[in-house]
Amino acid sequence: MTAIAERPTSAETPVPSEFAQALTPSDPATKQLVIIAAHNDLESLWATLILLNTSAATGMRTYVFTTFWGVLPFVRDGVRITGEGWMQKMLAFMQRPGIDHAKLSKMNFMGMGPWMIRRLAKHYNDTLPRELLTTAKEMGVTFYPCQMSMELFGIKAENLMDGFEAPVGATTVLELMTQPNTASLFI
Amino acid sequence: MDTATVLDARGLKCPMPIVKTAQAIKTVEQGELLEVLATDPGSVADFAAWSRSTGNELVESSVTDGVYRFVMRRK
Repeated sequence: MTAIAERPTSAETPVPSEFAQALTPSDPATKQLVIIAAHNDLESLWATLILLNTSAATGMRTYVFTTFWGVLPFVRDGVRITGEGWMQKMLAFMQRPGIDHAKLSKMNFMGMGPWMIRRLAKHYNDTLPRELLTTAKEMGVTFYPCQMSMELFGIKAENLMDGFEAPVGATTVLELMTQPNTASLFI
Repeated sequence: MDTATVLDARGLKCPMPIVKTAQAIKTVEQGELLEVLATDPGSVADFAAWSRSTGNELVESSVTDGVYRFVMRRK
């Protein structure tokens, strides 16, 4: 047998027990929703949050995996610039993180578009992303940040809003997505 | 008919009538009734779907002057 890596000599740290358990639901009949949220456009964020809320309200086990731009809306309030070095800082500067700062993918017009959409939403009493995030958390939606994206943007666990799980990778998400009675969306 | 707990979801838009209903149904005992008032036209289809998905029976649904009334029995 060929050794592909030197076995570390330091004392081994056990894997956190939360990962040792399979994510299989106790009752396979339980319906699930898994959303991969890859964008930080207002329209994507909003659709994601509405579906998360409805799913959880319907008694489904509900998960969202936030990846790439999709992590940014879930950076906690008051954190303006994330990351180390000028490239990560520039990315955060150009795309302001946080739940209230999503832009539109079209008709953004330097923020005029989202401003008008939010005005209209208030007029029609639509629920804005911030409140939808609160209710989603209240109803037990599980939020996973993507480990790779966190590193890419230099976002640390403490930069994310309360209620986020430890970062996971694609394998965890695929395990969830391939379970029975599971609807999976990439938004 | 038993007296029902009433949830006023008038003026709320998708998905809040369902979100509030899901939260409110937990406050009534099993077999007891929850009455929801809503004005969102989408709620007609949504309450029927929610009832089928969750197993909470939709006992009654009606509309008066643009206000929908859904009575549900907690599973």
